[in-house]
Parts: sequence; structure tokens; C-alpha cells
Amino acid sequence: MSTTTTRGVAQPAPAKASPARPRRGLRGNATFNFWLFTGPFLIGLVIFVFVPIFWSVWLSFFDARYTVTPSKFIGFDNYKQILTNSNFPDSLLTFTVFAAFIVPTTWALSLGLALLVNRLRFMRAFFRSVFFLPTAVSYVAAALIWKMSIFSGVRFGLMNTVLGWFGVENIAYLANPSPPWYWVVIVTLRLWIQSGFYMILFLAALQNIPTELYEAAAIDGAKPGWQTFRHITLPQLRATSTAVILLLLVAAYQAFDEFFNIIGQNATWAQTPLMELYKTALGTSQDYGAGSAGAVILSLLICLVTLIQGKFMGFGRGEDSK
Amino acid sequence: MTTTTPPVGKRRGKGRGVFGNTGLYIAVGVAALLFLIPFYLIFRNALSTDPEITGENWKVLPSFQWGNVSELFNDPTVEFGRSMVNSLVVAVSSTLGTLLVCSLAGYGLARIPYKHANKVFYAVLATLMVPTAVTFVPSFVLVSSLGWVDTYRGLIIPGLFSGFTCFLFRQYFLGFPKELEEAARVDGLGYWGAYWRIVVPNSLNFFAAIATITFIGAWNSFLWPLVMGQDPSSWTVQIALSSFMTNQTVNFHLIFMAAAISILPLIFVFLFLQRWLVQGIAQTGIKG
Repeated sequence: MSTTTTRGVAQPAPAKASPARPRRGLRGNATFNFWLFTGPFLIGLVIFVFVPIFWSVWLSFFDARYTVTPSKFIGFDNYKQILTNSNFPDSLLTFTVFAAFIVPTTWALSLGLALLVNRLRFMRAFFRSVFFLPTAVSYVAAALIWKMSIFSGVRFGLMNTVLGWFGVENIAYLANPSPPWYWVVIVTLRLWIQSGFYMILFLAALQNIPTELYEAAAIDGAKPGWQTFRHITLPQLRATSTAVILLLLVAAYQAFDEFFNIIGQNATWAQTPLMELYKTALGTSQDYGAGSAGAVILSLLICLVTLIQGKFMGFGRGEDSK
Repeated sequence: MTTTTPPVGKRRGKGRGVFGNTGLYIAVGVAALLFLIPFYLIFRNALSTDPEITGENWKVLPSFQWGNVSELFNDPTVEFGRSMVNSLVVAVSSTLGTLLVCSLAGYGLARIPYKHANKVFYAVLATLMVPTAVTFVPSFVLVSSLGWVDTYRGLIIPGLFSGFTCFLFRQYFLGFPKELEEAARVDGLGYWGAYWRIVVPNSLNFFAAIATITFIGAWNSFLWPLVMGQDPSSWTVQIALSSFMTNQTVNFHLIFMAAAISILPLIFVFLFLQRWLVQGIAQTGIKG
């Protein structure tokens, strides 16, 4: 017992010189305990995260069709191939546009919902739950509702039924790429499923804004509404906004589930980068080299976008002060 | 407390603005209705007959075909019951495994004074930079070379080592009151004992939050099970739904019933664990 209590004091000198008594050290031996706690995680991390990442980079420089243990080094040919000979660059471009649209709209909608809910005095929990509930739904189930019930191209689809009341002809939302009605389907789905989640983040942040700020602003003559929102609420939400935009950007480039289920992988339009990679690597051609090259490019692109956004929004500032 | 009647121009809060109170509730109400429509549709269609779903006249209420449930589970073309069991096994074990592995690592990184702990932490942080969905190709290659395709192992184990979850646990444990642990140490407990007897029992809220998020993520995950599930017997419910959707012969009532049943467990998780869920997400986002 006495050794335990004095351990902290006596630590610096004897700790170094004491590998001779490891049994007793089990209690105090930091190195042993550190590996006991982190070891399982780190081993898994190395095997299932680091190895795949490095394997991917390695494969991307080899001719790796139908094999994952290739022997033929081909330098940047896989990169050339996937950047010139496939739909991958198109999908990158499409999804940059998609990100440029879906990120601000989700940001605005989730912030808007948070502001509304935050103002409620009655039934606040109820409305928060309603907006948050779609987070529980999988993209697959949502894709089903959107494709077969809301935006079904025939008369029994909800949208066409409603439009029919106003004399609008049936619209085939998903049958062809021009006009690109399918974006309406995809975007509304994503807004529905994502917004509640980010609304929670904004709600938490809104509740952390000190009320004194609003009182001070009121004394200074700021009108409640737009002025306070513009000069107090918005700047106070900066750290959260940065995080939200970051998460949204990454999510937009990683889109897969609803596109796979709504558009399908046989269509020639709206193929997400991940779908292209899926087809390249696991489709009929089984080209792991080109697939890996694409994965490397996509990762770099996501990192780049993240860094640019960070630069733009002052990423990390709010975090360090935590 | 003096404001029995809100004085003009200074109603409680900052609430004058664009909406009055009525306007506010109308706006929120309309938005809420729009958000609930998909839920209404899924359950309405699940309890209808096919002609009711595809008929010209929009029927607000279904004819409540409860028989659709047993029809779905007896449909031999989709092993729906099997896929529900698969999803349950995968989601529960993923959640328990992630909690165990990541919380231990997070605690080790936050609390145990090891001289290279920072380097290890940076290695964990580095994995956050690479989007997980992007590494599915090499992960598939790795897991298939281990012979884990179509197995629970393949579905569960690669997902347990989440750098992000570990990071969240580390951040949480950094804020955990040190005095509690020190008291335990004085009483003769080692790190291990202090962790299980003091730290974990006092952190159940946070564990519940992370568990809820992990469970929902695992249940709803699509890309990895799609890559893993070559054989229908290893399909999770999301894969079964997806293949159901692209079937040539569409049985509307069955597929909607399948979707409805697939989201029911999560709605329960949601309603019961919402407090922790909200708390966890709020925490996640602020730190993220």
C-alpha cells in the first residue's frame, strides 16, 4: 500500500531503473498498461486500416487485373487509364457540382430548422424528434420510398398525383437524363435524411451562445431578427458551421447508397465516384490497379477540398480553444 | 417572473422577428408534415394491396393487410428473416466490439503516461484523413484473401477499428474527473481495475451515446455488406432490400413491408435512446 501512495513522488528516478521488479510494476508500469489498453485497437488498426491503405497505393502502380499479388510494375499507367479511359473524371466533376449544391442547401436547411426549433416554447422536443427521425432511416429504405412512391414516374406516384391536381402531366423522374429530373429525387432525399442530424449540431451550438451577447446587442440597438442573426448568431456558430460543412463535403463525395439504388449502376448518368470504383474494381473487369488508383485520387481530392475549406473557414481555431 | 403579459416590443426571448408565434408554429408544423410524409408512405404501402398502391385513386388509409407480414417472411425468393437475423448479429456485435476496443484505446491514449503515446495518437489521427468508404477496394482484397467473404467475421471485424470512435473516447476521457481514478489508485487498483470499476460505470451515458450511433451506422451500412455479401445467405437487410427493389417482378406491398420492418428496430432505438443519441451527436460534432 505504501508503495502505491508514494509512487507518484518516487517515480522519476526509480521508474527508469526498475525493470528488475516487473511483477509489482503491473500496477504502476505505464508502458505495459498502455499497450494492454491500446494494443488490440492498434493491431486491428494496422491490419484493417493501414495495410489496406498502403496496399491500395502499392496496387495502383501495378498491372493488377484479376489479381491482388501483381508482378508487373507499370508506374502511373493506372492513373492515366482511369483519368482518360473511364467515366471516373466525369463522376468527379459531377460530384463536385453536386457537393457545391448539396452542401450549402443542407447547411441552410439544418440551420433553419435549428433556429425554428430553438424558438419553440411548446412541443420543442416533439418537433426536434420529427426532424431528427429520418436519421434512423437507411439510404436504401429511403431510396425505395423516393423511387417507388414519391417520384414514381407514373400517375400513382405522390408527386405526380399532386402535380396532377394542378393539371401537370406525369413526369418520368428517373427514366432519362434530360431533363435531369433525377436530381430533384436525389437532392430531396438527401436533404430529408441528412438535415435532422446537422440540426442537432446547430441546436447544441445555439444553446451554447451566451444570452448576454443578445442582451448587449439589444442595448446597442441591434434589432432582433436579421441584424442579431447576422452579427451574433452566425459568428458564434462558426466552429459548428465549419465542422458541418466538412462532414457534408466528405459525405457528398462518398455518395453511394441512394445513387446505387435509385439510378442503378447500369445507367450512364449520375454515377458517383465510388460507384465507378466499385464497377472498376469489383465489376467484370476486376481491375484492382485502376480501382486503387481511383481510390487514391478520390482520397487526395477529399483531403484537398478539406484543406481548402479549412483555410477558408479557419479550421481548427475553435477546436484548439476547447 | 414579472412578465405575466409579455410587454409589447419585448416579448420573451428574441422572438419577434419575421414570425409571430402563430407564424412560427405554422412554419414548423408544415415542415414537420413534409418530414413525416415518407414515414406515412412506407407504412401505408406496407399495409396495402398492390392494386391499392398502384391504383389511380389515392387512398389515404390502407386496408391494413396484416397478412403482408407473414407473406413477406414466407416468401422464398428473398430470405428476409435470415437477412434480419444477419443484420441483428452484425449490428449488435459491431456495437459491442467497437465499444470495447475503441474505449480501451481511447482511455490508454488519454490517461496512461507512456512516452510515445503522442506518436501513437498521431498515427490514429492520420487515419481520419483517409475517407473509409474509399478504402473498400483494398479492404475487400484483404478480407477476401483471409477467406472472410460471406462470413460474419468479414462483415464485423474490419469495421471495429474506427479511428474516429477512438478519438471521441480519448476526448471524453480527457475530460473525465481525475480525482475519481486517483481515489481508486490509492485504494490499490491498477489502471485496469480502475478502468472497469470506476471509469466505465461512471461513463455509461457516453457509452450509450456511442453505442446508439454505432448501432445505427452498422444497421444502415450498405457499401461494405454489398461488397462482402456474395451469397444471399450472408446478406444484411439493406442488401436484401436493395436486391428486392431491382427484382423483375415487383411486389409493391412486400417490398414496402420489408422496408418498414427494416426501419422499425431503429425507430425504437431512436425513441428510447434519443437523449443519449442527441447528446452523443452534439458532442461528436463540436469536437469533430
